[in-house]
Amino acid sequence: MIISVASGKGGTGKTTIAVNLALSLQNVQFLDCDVEEPNAHIFLKPKIYGQKKAVIPVPEIDQAKCNYCGKCREVCAYHAIAVVPASVEKKGSVLIFPHLCHGCGACSQLCPFGAIREVDKEIGIIETGEKDSMWFVHGRLNVGEAMSPPVIRQVKQYINSSKTVIIDAPPGTSCPVIAAVKGSDFCVLVTEPTPFGLNDLILAVEVLRKMAIPFGVVINRADIGDAKVEDYCEKENIPILMKIPFKKEIAVSYSEGIPIVEKDPSYRDKFNNLYLNINGLKNEANSHHKR
Amino acid sequence: MKQIVIISGKGGTGKTVVTGSLAGLAKNKVMVDCDVDAADLHLLLHPDVRERHEFRSGQSAVIDKRLCKECGKCAPLCRFAAIRPDFTIEHFSCEGCGLCARICPHGAIRMDENVAGEWFISDTKYGPFVHAKLGIAEENSGKLVAKIRQVAKELAEREGLEYVIIDGPPGIGCPVIASLSGIDCALIVTEPTLSGLHDAARVIGVAGHFNIPVKLIVNKHDLNPAMTVRIEEFARRSRVTLIGKIAFSETVVKAVVEGKTVIDYPHSPASDELRSIWDKLK
Repeated sequence: MIISVASGKGGTGKTTIAVNLALSLQNVQFLDCDVEEPNAHIFLKPKIYGQKKAVIPVPEIDQAKCNYCGKCREVCAYHAIAVVPASVEKKGSVLIFPHLCHGCGACSQLCPFGAIREVDKEIGIIETGEKDSMWFVHGRLNVGEAMSPPVIRQVKQYINSSKTVIIDAPPGTSCPVIAAVKGSDFCVLVTEPTPFGLNDLILAVEVLRKMAIPFGVVINRADIGDAKVEDYCEKENIPILMKIPFKKEIAVSYSEGIPIVEKDPSYRDKFNNLYLNINGLKNEANSHHKR
Repeated sequence: MKQIVIISGKGGTGKTVVTGSLAGLAKNKVMVDCDVDAADLHLLLHPDVRERHEFRSGQSAVIDKRLCKECGKCAPLCRFAAIRPDFTIEHFSCEGCGLCARICPHGAIRMDENVAGEWFISDTKYGPFVHAKLGIAEENSGKLVAKIRQVAKELAEREGLEYVIIDGPPGIGCPVIASLSGIDCALIVTEPTLSGLHDAARVIGVAGHFNIPVKLIVNKHDLNPAMTVRIEEFARRSRVTLIGKIAFSETVVKAVVEGKTVIDYPHSPASDELRSIWDKLK
């Protein structure tokens, strides 16, 4: 089963839920897909034994074959290619702007002269490792790079479906989140009971409904703020999977990079219950689907 | 005119609370919410929408079932896995490159223009406010950020405003880079946690990469004083000026729940500290 943990609003506790859930289960693979700001390693302190570049394919022009026809510029939807046509006195040239390139391959596929090949451009790094028996993978977008979805997709190539896969997703509701949660069997949405938490939860719910991924909500710092998140969930028939109160010792242990279940093992049962809850809802969603 | 953006790397450190407070403190400014896929600043500023515009950006593939022969040429070429086995397009995966439409031997795929969201110019009691809403599961948030920043800048120039104050998105990727371009000062809001420090360091690296001056504040600094000391050391080492530390307070939570800015509670320590931060920032 693949369980992703997402939120809409940042800082609600995605990493806390993902890490502690993973530490409470057996036979787990953990993927940190918040590649812009990966934090799970701070808590899990995995032993890293593998490193690989995360890349996107960008075009490279074979000047000998290119006749500067401009087809590549025309087909590039991202304006990543400029072509200066050849003239009587001067050879033409092709300029590539790799930061705008999405790696779609249209230019190399459609070049009439076979003058474009794709070369890998590093945009980040993928590291693999282990925390006790837990498998660990995370990606890290290089500073100054704009496009995180390709790095996220490359982290997800490591998914081993014989394990319980836990995905820590980035905040927000746009492309990086979609890249991270796509293909999940269930998504846990973490929120807090404030107007900000509610506003962004509603957006995240709309995304998951559009993607047809079953989901439930964890309310973190459940005793601050107001009751509107719970009212919303009730009205929308969204299961509340777990509530975690605001406690200074939880905040402090988070700040030091210590998972709650390591400080207070009684939390293991609570996270095990969270898993049982998720499993039940996932099976329910499946049988619904089949019917 | 000075453009200031509030960013953090890590989400939930207090960007929007700080930005909302600056709305209450700065005179002669336009406010902007560039966290377009999870925008919250409107919950503090309570805008009256004056203008509403569609944000058209990019294209999305559509397969015409009557023309499609299910030859299967398109799917393996799609780098975004957006073509389902039943030859329909998964809209939220399509990045609009148009390769499938160009290579389809039966002309069965067309590219439709995408309405990826909306943007607004609004009135608030704090002055003009430019904000946006990215469509559900849409992309191109960086372009929407660039669009509303351009609108805000033009508005500031037209009305002779002194400041453009921008609530930025979390992370370090495309919308953050779009929020940073041409900025006079990036205010980084962090919190005294290992994650907060790790993420602030990365976003400061991004600002440095684009030669943007930065200033730093620590929110909820008393939640872990030892970690705050580490952040202060980090700031000294990396030559980043720390211009304020806001203590954890129930007032801040109360303000958010009531949809107010911290400045609406003038006798609280948090509002005093934010006032001093604004004095150092302007």
